[in-house]
Amino acid sequence: MSVQFFLQQCLIGLTNGALIALVALGYTMVYGIIGLINFAHGDLIMLGACLALTLVGALGLAAAGPAATWMGIILLVVLCGLFCGGLNVAVDRLVYKPLRTAPKLAPLVSAIGVSFIFMNVGLFWLGPSDRSFPELLPSTNLLGGEGLQVTWKDLLVLLVVAPLMVGLTLLVRTTRLGRAMRAVCQDPTAAALVGIDVDRVIAATFFIGGFLGGAASVIYGLYINTIGFQMGFQNGLYAFTAAVLGGIGSIPGAVLGGVVIGLVRALSSAYVSERWTGGIVFAILIVILVFRPEGLLGKRVKEKV
Amino acid sequence: MSQPVPGFVPSTAPPGRPEGQRKLLARCWKFLAQRWEWSALTILAVAPLVVPALGGALGGQVTTLFIYCILALGLNVMVGYTGLVHLGIAAFFGIGAYVMAILTVPMFPFQIGFLAAAVISVLVTAGVGLALGAPTLRLRGDYLAIVTLGFGEVAKVTLRNLEQITGGMKGLNPVPPPGAGVTVGGINLGQAFAIDPRWFYYLTLLLLAGVVVAMRRLEDSRLGRAWMAVREDELAASAMGISATRVKLSAFAMSSAVAGLAGCLYAASLSTTADPNAYDFNRSIMVLCAVILGGLGSIPGTLLGVALLVGFDTVLAPWADSWIQQMNINPTGSSLLSFSGWRLAIFGLALVLVMRYRPEGLVPSRRIAAELHSAEGQA
Repeated sequence: MSVQFFLQQCLIGLTNGALIALVALGYTMVYGIIGLINFAHGDLIMLGACLALTLVGALGLAAAGPAATWMGIILLVVLCGLFCGGLNVAVDRLVYKPLRTAPKLAPLVSAIGVSFIFMNVGLFWLGPSDRSFPELLPSTNLLGGEGLQVTWKDLLVLLVVAPLMVGLTLLVRTTRLGRAMRAVCQDPTAAALVGIDVDRVIAATFFIGGFLGGAASVIYGLYINTIGFQMGFQNGLYAFTAAVLGGIGSIPGAVLGGVVIGLVRALSSAYVSERWTGGIVFAILIVILVFRPEGLLGKRVKEKV
Repeated sequence: MSQPVPGFVPSTAPPGRPEGQRKLLARCWKFLAQRWEWSALTILAVAPLVVPALGGALGGQVTTLFIYCILALGLNVMVGYTGLVHLGIAAFFGIGAYVMAILTVPMFPFQIGFLAAAVISVLVTAGVGLALGAPTLRLRGDYLAIVTLGFGEVAKVTLRNLEQITGGMKGLNPVPPPGAGVTVGGINLGQAFAIDPRWFYYLTLLLLAGVVVAMRRLEDSRLGRAWMAVREDELAASAMGISATRVKLSAFAMSSAVAGLAGCLYAASLSTTADPNAYDFNRSIMVLCAVILGGLGSIPGTLLGVALLVGFDTVLAPWADSWIQQMNINPTGSSLLSFSGWRLAIFGLALVLVMRYRPEGLVPSRRIAAELHSAEGQA
């Protein structure tokens, strides 16, 4: 019983962690390339969830058959991904791009400003109270029996997250764009000197981060089943913590950080108390940063003169 | 326009008068700009005697404004002078408030006086700041920001959950007013504070003035110059013999102590600690935005930033809402047509626009502005 309970909590932690990791990637990629803590990312995902909810209603997915439901979910992931990616690029163009040479705090405060604007849009879109997201997937136990509960929802998270992460890794490691992104990450000036269009690479990064966030928003809706205009803040905070924990700027680090945060959250909710979860997560973050200031997988960076 | 013509004396006074007036105005303006502290202090000190509304609810609101000003000046030490991003100032504000409450509420056996409690809570917050800063200050800028953010969350969760000590979501109350039971010249001070908000108004104004003077002196002191040297270039500062860690740690402690002072005043003036959500990340972000909007490292800027943000929420938004209601623009009561429905968006847009067109803030410190413009000149 207790081993099974433990495994169940681990599964919850793993799926939650995968979701957090998907959001954390958006933070870590943007930070890696322009050194900006994108405070608006969580609220971008909230807007993605708003769109997902609207689309579910418009497409009538709640009443569709199983095949149509799966097609619909894929469509939702793509549409919300494109929406969030496009919005992220637009915000970068309008807000962050003019501030590239400004002091470091200026884009940070602008990002906080954008986050407030998004939150207001979400308030108009969803209304002030939380909304329930329709259950599109049956919650039957795939393993059968009374044992470990593995539902379609858990599977969905892994089915969507795993390919996205493999795709992202391949993109960054092997393609021309990926190489350009890594080059801009290391040194934007030098990258520009060898003919890389730095602004386009930054825009591409914002798009990819936003796309992953949009996909995360759909899964969030389907998995957690409740969305509200303030959800962006809390989720963004956890995701950002995951990115820092794994070593901000590092893609595998964000994934590892997400899974660690997910597990810590699930286990401390189960074994300590739900009320202390937030405190425990952040206390662990502080302790890890004290002993490993560059995060779990981050590179040690020498301060430049 | 009025180039003096040699040998020509204007026969009438009028053409000269606007000139003279303009000069007088310019002079007044210059005087106000240079001596803004004295002008503002005089106006604020006389105001309660002239404006009767300050004896009512408005007095309480202005008192809260003063308290936020003190909090923002504390944050300014770290973010403005030393250049360290701090995302958890509200936690120190909260610790100050709770220590004050624990030492004075009837629920606990201490029940010491306001002054002693204030001194202890300032010392405790400074100590907590040191304890958090000592192991974490070697972190790079953004990681330090995350540690402060994380600490803020840990503090909030702890305040909420340690119900035996902090009273959980209800908070601790009643926090007695300063000077409870003390009679000076036939006036029972505690009662006077409880009845007339103007007593608190003057107390917080006095302390705010004291903090402003202290900050002004600190800016020019050896320590203050060391803060700014570390902000500009940590490596160069260490090469000049400044111990960067010690200087940063002192900034951390100073920030926390001033925030703690603001916290005590907050608890005492509301006579409760309020619920722990009053000390969450949103509060930290608001204060940080006020400091950056007003101008990093600039005392008048910080005060203006707080006044604008708090004024927006407590003065402009209710006024605009009631105006919309009076004009009957919004008969259905839809939030799309009310001003407070757009509150977040307006605030966010203001942040974005100020950062775009005036990244040094509204009233920048001379040094930071000069630096920004020299960078523009080089580019």
